[in-house]
Amino acid sequence: MATATRSQWIRRISGHDAVIFYILISVIVISMVSVNYFASTLTVGFLLIQVVPVLLIAMPMALVIISGEIDLSVASTAGLTSAVMGVLWRDSGLDIGTVMALSLLIGVLCGAFNGFLITTLGLPSLAVTIGTLALYRGLALVVIGDQKVASFPKELTSFVLSKIGNTGIPVIMIFVLVVIAFFAVLLHFTPFGRGLYALGYSPQAATFVGVRVGHAKFWLFVATGVVSSMVGVFLTLRLASAGPDNGTGLELTVIAAVLLGGVSIFGGKGNILGVVGGVLLIGTLTYALRLAKVPETALIIVTGGLLVLSVVAPSLIAWGRERIRLRRVHQNFQRQGASGANSA
Amino acid sequence: MSTVTHTPTAARSGAVKRFFTAREIPVASALVLLIAVTFILNPRFLSPQSTKDLMLNATIMVILAVGQSIVIITRNVDLSVGAILGLTAFGTGTVFDIFPDIPLVLVFVIGMTFGGLLGAINGLLVTSAKVPALVITLGTMYIFRGVLSSWAGSKQFFSGDNPKEFGNLSVDTFFGIPIITIIAVVITVAVAVFMSSVRSGRDLYAIGSDPDAARLFGIPVGGRVLSAFIATGALTGLAGVLYTSRYNSVGALTGSGLELDVVAAVVVGGVAIFGGSGTVAGAAIGAVLLSTITGALTATRVDKFWQQAIVGVLILSAIIIDRVVSLRRTRKLRVSEAKDV
Repeated sequence: MATATRSQWIRRISGHDAVIFYILISVIVISMVSVNYFASTLTVGFLLIQVVPVLLIAMPMALVIISGEIDLSVASTAGLTSAVMGVLWRDSGLDIGTVMALSLLIGVLCGAFNGFLITTLGLPSLAVTIGTLALYRGLALVVIGDQKVASFPKELTSFVLSKIGNTGIPVIMIFVLVVIAFFAVLLHFTPFGRGLYALGYSPQAATFVGVRVGHAKFWLFVATGVVSSMVGVFLTLRLASAGPDNGTGLELTVIAAVLLGGVSIFGGKGNILGVVGGVLLIGTLTYALRLAKVPETALIIVTGGLLVLSVVAPSLIAWGRERIRLRRVHQNFQRQGASGANSA
Repeated sequence: MSTVTHTPTAARSGAVKRFFTAREIPVASALVLLIAVTFILNPRFLSPQSTKDLMLNATIMVILAVGQSIVIITRNVDLSVGAILGLTAFGTGTVFDIFPDIPLVLVFVIGMTFGGLLGAINGLLVTSAKVPALVITLGTMYIFRGVLSSWAGSKQFFSGDNPKEFGNLSVDTFFGIPIITIIAVVITVAVAVFMSSVRSGRDLYAIGSDPDAARLFGIPVGGRVLSAFIATGALTGLAGVLYTSRYNSVGALTGSGLELDVVAAVVVGGVAIFGGSGTVAGAAIGAVLLSTITGALTATRVDKFWQQAIVGVLILSAIIIDRVVSLRRTRKLRVSEAKDV
């Protein structure tokens, strides 16, 4: 019994998420010592506000990937939301609260459309969301053209950038934490969430044990759409500008961070803590290197290298372990053979 | 066995039927329809100059789509093609910068070898780590792009820096067809023949339908997948060289964001995203269709902002058509198998 909990502990402190957090902490410590200006509250503010979009979308994305699907249309959904928000604010005369609520509805619709194509028609999510990636970004262009809307209320745009007292932590982080907590509870402490793991391992098996596969997937895509919309609203307010190209390219950054956080692209594996670690690691590393005046170009090499390493390393370790195990089995077998010969 | 009693007429109708149920038919008819409608609305759409532009615009995309379809058929994907194209295009500019008098053939060889090497990196990582290509090539996409940015910095090569005969490849025509388009067509035909009638090409389909079954059957899956990635890299390298000939400048940003367009073209061309079916020709037609839309919209004076939305609709309809056709086919198969018993 005692040994079981001990091995559990060992597993917990040597697992993938733990390793991500060790690397994250070392990056922070090294940067604090060696990079000028890193150890300040300004850092906390800039860094956190920078990672908000990726952190938010990474939450539902982790659930989607755990259930064995993928959503590439997130950044386009954010862009379409931003475009609609801009046009509504400019032309409709509604107050900003209503405009934001209507913009979030865009995310519901985009997600539901993805979900409908994937669950009702049974199409592969990779192909569908490549299609809606183009479609939603295209609709954003149709809605707003190449114009920008920048006349948002000052109070709101400065609120988004405001900090909690002297800590440097952006106020918006409270909201982000609520979203993270929501998805963490949903994934780890509800039957729905645990069903997603089953779904990722084997949809057939999940159906047999009573998971409503189509239903679950549909709502996951709606959730991804809504959160992407929130990011669209956030980006619009942060940049104080609504345009068709807000959030371009975000989809691959989010997926890279989620996979770095230990979620398996095959589905069935991963957790929220690891994903948060993955997002923060990429964010911190980028910020520290940028502050150390490492050229922007080296940053993407680091991101890509981390991603490849994080997926290749486990296979290499598993391969090495297998070799050792085989050798041991081989030796045991020989020894047994020898002792058997003696006793006979 | 139902196949024994084929009469000649049945065989002929079978061939006709096969032609009309081919995966390329929906996308090819969409292309013909697009060109016809645009031509009726604006006859200048098919003037010699505009036709030449249409072909030139499609060329690079066709080669990229042909290359991408090879890996997609093996149930893999290569997201790093935009970065590979950027690297080889900038490499071509560099080669001309250092050796201005280098024979053109050698430039093509260098570009394809360079692309092939980058593809080999992808292939080795995918086959050795046994991790989906989507993840690996997402990583190498960032790495290659980063390498290109640090290599190129703010430096750019302009078409004026290259030898004139190299630039002329995208200007000169042969029976009205630009030279680089002819190269693309030859490549497409060669790859199509290889994929449909050479054994190792057929192996790629087997791997894509069911990797485990292919392995049981004795196909060297790892080696074939590695070669597929090398081929994709080499073709992307070729596209990179042609890009340098076609466009005014190459630099750090060349080819960025191209990867999803290429995958989209392949999917529109009827290649199933999870491998095992679809043809190189279909992918090539898909690429032509997507690149023609831009020209068609301009010619019919449709607001240019609609272009990307239409591309999205096309991709979705391609997937839906594919799904409907394959559902109907399995149902028919089930019926005919039931009759066989």
